[in-house]
Amino acid sequence: MNLLSLLLLPLLTAVVLLPLKKEVVIKGIALTGSAFQLFLTLFLYSTYRSERNNGNLQQFLFQEQYNWFPSFGISFHTGVDGISIAMLLLTSFVALAGILVSWNIQKMTKEFYLLLLLLSAGAYGFFISLNLIVLFFFLEIAVIPKYLLIIIWGSGKNVYSANKLAILLIGASALIFVGLTGLYFSLPPAVRSFDLITLSQLQIPSELQRWTFPLLFTGFGIFSALFPFHTWVPDGHSSAPTAGSMFLAGISMKLGGYGCLRIATYLLPDGAKEYANIILILATIAILYGAFATMLQEDLKYINAYSSISHCGFVLLGIGMLTKAAMSGAVMQMVSHGLMTALFFAVIGMIYERTHTRMVSEMGGLMKVTPFITTTFILAGLCSLGLPGLSGFVAEMKIFSGSWQNTGWMHRTLTILSCASIVITAVYILRAIGQTVMGPLKDASYRSFKDASWNEKTAALLLISGILAIGIAPYWLQELIEPGVEVMRLKMGIN
Amino acid sequence: MPQASILLIPLLPLIGFLVPALGGKTIFKKQTGWFATFLLAVSTALACSTAWNYFFSYGKENGIYQKHFPFHTTWLQLTDTLSIDMGILLDPISALMIVVVCIVSLMVHLYSLGYMKHEERYAMYFAYLGLFTFSMLGLVLSSNLFQIYMFWELVGVSSYLLIGFYFERPKAVAAAKKAFIVTRFADLGFLIGILALSYQAESLDFVTLLERLTQPNSTYLTQATTSSFLGISSITWGCLLLFMGGAGKSALFPLHIWLPDAMEGPTPVSALIHAATMVVAGVFLIARMFPLYALGAPEVLDIVAYTGAFTALFAALIACTQTDIKRVLAYSTMSQIGFMIFALGVSGYGGTAGLGYSASLFHLFTHALFKAMLFLGAGSIIHFVHSNELKDMGGLRKSLPVTHLTFLIGCLALSGIPPFSGFFSKEGILLAAYQQKPFFYGIGLFTSLLTAFYMFRLYFSVFWNKPQQNTDRIAGDGGLTITLPLLILAAGTCVSGFIPFGQLVSSDGIPFSSSLHLGFAVLPVLLAIAGISLAFLFYQKDNLRAAYWSEKLKGFYKTTYHKFYIDECYMYVTQKIFFNLIGKSAAWIDRNIVDGLLSKTGSGTQVLAEKIKSFQSGKLQSYTTWYLIGIIVLIGLFTFFIH
Repeated sequence: MNLLSLLLLPLLTAVVLLPLKKEVVIKGIALTGSAFQLFLTLFLYSTYRSERNNGNLQQFLFQEQYNWFPSFGISFHTGVDGISIAMLLLTSFVALAGILVSWNIQKMTKEFYLLLLLLSAGAYGFFISLNLIVLFFFLEIAVIPKYLLIIIWGSGKNVYSANKLAILLIGASALIFVGLTGLYFSLPPAVRSFDLITLSQLQIPSELQRWTFPLLFTGFGIFSALFPFHTWVPDGHSSAPTAGSMFLAGISMKLGGYGCLRIATYLLPDGAKEYANIILILATIAILYGAFATMLQEDLKYINAYSSISHCGFVLLGIGMLTKAAMSGAVMQMVSHGLMTALFFAVIGMIYERTHTRMVSEMGGLMKVTPFITTTFILAGLCSLGLPGLSGFVAEMKIFSGSWQNTGWMHRTLTILSCASIVITAVYILRAIGQTVMGPLKDASYRSFKDASWNEKTAALLLISGILAIGIAPYWLQELIEPGVEVMRLKMGIN
Repeated sequence: MPQASILLIPLLPLIGFLVPALGGKTIFKKQTGWFATFLLAVSTALACSTAWNYFFSYGKENGIYQKHFPFHTTWLQLTDTLSIDMGILLDPISALMIVVVCIVSLMVHLYSLGYMKHEERYAMYFAYLGLFTFSMLGLVLSSNLFQIYMFWELVGVSSYLLIGFYFERPKAVAAAKKAFIVTRFADLGFLIGILALSYQAESLDFVTLLERLTQPNSTYLTQATTSSFLGISSITWGCLLLFMGGAGKSALFPLHIWLPDAMEGPTPVSALIHAATMVVAGVFLIARMFPLYALGAPEVLDIVAYTGAFTALFAALIACTQTDIKRVLAYSTMSQIGFMIFALGVSGYGGTAGLGYSASLFHLFTHALFKAMLFLGAGSIIHFVHSNELKDMGGLRKSLPVTHLTFLIGCLALSGIPPFSGFFSKEGILLAAYQQKPFFYGIGLFTSLLTAFYMFRLYFSVFWNKPQQNTDRIAGDGGLTITLPLLILAAGTCVSGFIPFGQLVSSDGIPFSSSLHLGFAVLPVLLAIAGISLAFLFYQKDNLRAAYWSEKLKGFYKTTYHKFYIDECYMYVTQKIFFNLIGKSAAWIDRNIVDGLLSKTGSGTQVLAEKIKSFQSGKLQSYTTWYLIGIIVLIGLFTFFIH
């Protein structure tokens, strides 16, 4: 199948929206477009499976190439492997759920949906690109709409947060850009290229890897809440509208993790090995420090944002451990965390619409009045604390067992420390559950609350089905991503 | 041969969870309870027939009980050598455990039909019970170390949901949270233990792992004993950490603090989870890994023994002073689990040296029946007087005749009076301790005295002590669904002691006969009678003796009454250190230092921008100057690089 359709569908939907006036029609079309997109990615997944079953051993399938700036080696080159398909599936689930929960948006409906569609188009483009400059281009597309979403529809200190987010992410992009162009111009002119496949077949000198790797890894890492550049996460998430937070945590942070893995680590394996220890230490700090900082947060969105820092730390930890199990665990964690955190933000939005507060101490006893919403909340929480049967467990165990394959004392210590986060996670999740949904009913007015509406229910069930599909039957995801990881590890020359 | 139908044993309760949870409460309405009970009855029948066939028809080959794997599939490949498998391992202890879990759970289901019928969330209650039963059965049937960990966590979460079932009560919410977090902390040890052991054995499968790490001369064993972390070998670390996991679930000192609070849950739940099944998971885990402990890490087995013995004594002391009927029973459970654990700790591997192993599991079996009965009886009592406090009870003999009879049988069994089941199993434990490590025998004897005392303190305070209560409220036992489980469990308590347990469960699978030594049994029974008599003197009539002695031993009494202030120590550590010191400062550092530094960089850029701005002054002269300087620099650079 032609991968461009993945990119064109959301853009086309956006174009169709432009002349429309009627709100219901706008929403309906956006919803239909995203639903089609979900079917399209599912179809892509099944075609991919059958191609592989037919013995197609190419690293990237469905490749297409269109020339763009041939003089700079920039062409629109697309192709996917299992890892990108996992990320595309995640994107389409979160995008559809995000559109569903924004059903009651009051202000500038059309513009809101346009931005959401643009954001998802950016993410689709990012995950299918095999040319680094094109990929970078889509990464940027995914930043600017976020800024607008927070500025226009956000709440609280939204201007401050939007500026902070934009500055940090654009700074990160600058690092990536310097890394990419530096890599390009430092290579001998004959082999200069921005093409991922071409670059992966080169022997890039270690000297060059030594200075380009940190630029690229830090740049992408900032998107994925790399300590100490994670501070945009809590502010950005808490000021954004519900769908904005879902996109931000569910998709955008994954762009970073994917970039760290696919570009920094895959293309520059010597650099990865050289800096692995630093990555591991920063990741462990993020895991523990994020978890500890969550413990006393009052605002539900801050709780989820800080816990995202902790959970995304696992992605970087898995990558830094450089074993097959840990790296595929990192990809699983990206998918799992994307679904889970989107679910969390969606349900926080639902609660906020009813209670008009996000402070845990100002709520209580919601279980009695809104059983569906609270069950969803508890499920998201249990997934976050790694309950078996839900996706978080699979990813974390994969990372832990992969980490244990490294025998050095530092690796052992860091593994044990990051394992310890399962206890701290339990503390803050159960605190949030205990204070918001359990306990006596906080206010008599709560009795008039309506439980989730059809759109909220569909969004929640969509994400829950993804979480359960990974948690109960993880082998399909494993089969999907492990060959891709295997290729990376072969290139590194370690087993 | 075992059939794949064994899979139905855990799966039927899972259906009992899924149907009501996915909206079946609208299908079955008030019949949800009967639906769940029916499913579990089928499970129980299957479990009993499986166990029967295993023990008496196909289990033995050449006189040794074999391990069977009726079902096996790979669930997740972790690394090239390690995989999480979902399988069923049928051997003497899992056959025993499915019977215990199913029977107790069925009794609790039956009892709850009547006991919980006025609950608003009746359907959800049975759904949670189903989830718990499924997870517990999955736990005991596990064939893989990671599989057991998964079900271990699921059991923990169902316990959380059930303790917090009355979620409007802040105390129940706090207790549920505490139970989950304390056991989670222990599970951290369990998880790391699994990682360490499986890395050494390159397998997570129980049979392979145990074989590789216990065969003398195996390369895996040499590797595991020579590689060390902080001067302790991997195998010791692994065993120690696994035991930490077990100690959390089994409420062993110092990880016991969650169990008394867990009594906030509905009473039938306490009977099922916090007396008979989940809390013995730690005993089961050590028993499952026993060859490794006995042959690979005997020094850890000593730690196991000391922890068990200390917990037995410590909890028995506290039980003597508590005034809440469920808390007395909870501490008694802790104490009895301590017995089971130290029996494992003093046991050897193989032959009659393995008496402690058999006795431990025998005690697990008998204790499950009579402790569940005691809890269910306590439920009836609480329901009748609407209070948990002993001071609100008294003289209930006539009002609750069935409860009275069964409670008495339970107390006698727990005190170790023949011919009730507790006598036989406790005898085995004491004998094993006497033969292997007499120090533990001494602790066991003294604890037996305390056990008889606190149980009959409870019995006399509830059923005697005060004059008969007004007779128009007689026969408050409740309907048949309430009395029938009590009677069935009482019958079990009367006869189960006569099972020749060594013939069925032994450390190495080879049956052995352990005859009862009458002479040896005299001393413990005499001590139990002494304990009962003491309780009789103090509590049979409402008198001041107990008050007098508690005044005399004021300091000690107060310390025990406050459970040796362990909770307060934990509170200090968690609140002051974790929450206030680390949690608060992490949040503060993030906002003020990390973010502050970034903001400084941000304002730094602004200052720089101000400086750069002054370049664009609009003055032609300065532009020209800069232009010239630029040209010169560029030319300089070019010439430098060209040469």
